[in-house]
Amino acid sequence: MSKQIKAVALISGGLDSMLAVRAMQDQGIHIEGINFFTGFCVEGHTHAIRKQDQNKQKRNNALWVAEQLGIKLHIIDVIEEYKDVLINPKHGYGANMNPCLDCKTFMVRKAMEWIKENEFDFIITGEVVGQRPMSQRKDTMQIVVKESGAGGLLVRPLCAQNLAPTLPEQEGWIDREKMLGFNGRSRKPQIALAEEYGFTDFAQPAGGCCFLTDESYSRKLVDLWQVQGHKEYEFDDIMLLKVGRHIRPSPHYKLIVGREEGENRFMEGYRNRFDYFFTSSHAGPLVLMDGELKNPADIELAARIVARFGQGRDAEQVTITYVPLGGERQEHIVKPFTAEEMPKEWYL
Amino acid sequence: MSETLHTLDVRGQLCPIPVIRTQNHAKKLAAGDILEVLCTDPGVTSDIPAWCRINGHSVISTETRDNVIVVTLKIGNE
Repeated sequence: MSKQIKAVALISGGLDSMLAVRAMQDQGIHIEGINFFTGFCVEGHTHAIRKQDQNKQKRNNALWVAEQLGIKLHIIDVIEEYKDVLINPKHGYGANMNPCLDCKTFMVRKAMEWIKENEFDFIITGEVVGQRPMSQRKDTMQIVVKESGAGGLLVRPLCAQNLAPTLPEQEGWIDREKMLGFNGRSRKPQIALAEEYGFTDFAQPAGGCCFLTDESYSRKLVDLWQVQGHKEYEFDDIMLLKVGRHIRPSPHYKLIVGREEGENRFMEGYRNRFDYFFTSSHAGPLVLMDGELKNPADIELAARIVARFGQGRDAEQVTITYVPLGGERQEHIVKPFTAEEMPKEWYL
Repeated sequence: MSETLHTLDVRGQLCPIPVIRTQNHAKKLAAGDILEVLCTDPGVTSDIPAWCRINGHSVISTETRDNVIVVTLKIGNE
């Protein structure tokens, strides 16, 4: 009996990796999925936090794709290891703080480690030549092959006919003629193939599945690094960049203002790590303070900002409670800032 | 087969971390063992069952006790 050939697929939860797996299943390959959690994945978190998103589909798309394909999925926490990819990307960042080429190389390298540990034969991805400006060009796709150490063990079934033959093709484990020759940014070939396979429900995230491709998120990350004076970060730091309005009236502190009930509830879990404010005379958001309030003027200014975002924003006076970390709670009666009094530059 | 009850506390963690920790904990358990996962992210009510279905485990119950979501699952033969 011939040996069952096994491949691991990088599963993002999008359509391309779903199609790539399906195409390889047609060739009799046993496939399992692998999904890396970097901390910046859009999956799950924002849906879980924001109440306004609670009617949206809460499924984890990677798990859902695996279930549709009938394959196992291994979700791997790479939060710590990923820091070096983001902080020191050899190939730089994309339009925002997205280190796409280094990220793809990192993930393929991790997949190589996984196939060695688990005695699988090769790796597949849903990449398409020319699909993305940074990590899916013919030249950069070759960089991933070399720098990940995958060499001929990295197969891209959706565009394999546009690339040099890989080891599984040379060995006859898979038939090159049965793979595809997609290229470019058009999604039409993928949509047509999805129809052919009977896939009617699939995720197509517009800006990718990573917060680092988001301009607003990236701006807040850069601000965090500038204020700290270094690029290190903790998991909680990058989580908090996903929630609330971030307002920096001064280099030595910023306020994170909950935008709705779901965010306020999520931020409550951070009250034991930060000073915080809330409006006691009116309904209003929870506000975390990151940094240091150096004097009474800082506290009053912060309290006026907090009052701006509560139901008392048009009142003459609002009572704000300030709870310093480990200190006595204080009440401050302030006049809320008007919209015009809040400089645009304060909003991150 | 004897069933051993295990508990995993992932309260305060957001998906997919509860799934990852469930997955990693399950690797240490034997087929037939019962694992009770304590969570606060409502996303677990879809993600842990999905993870169980594709990995051969089964969800016995999902209930909320004092604002804590408790997903109880039985470890399958992987």
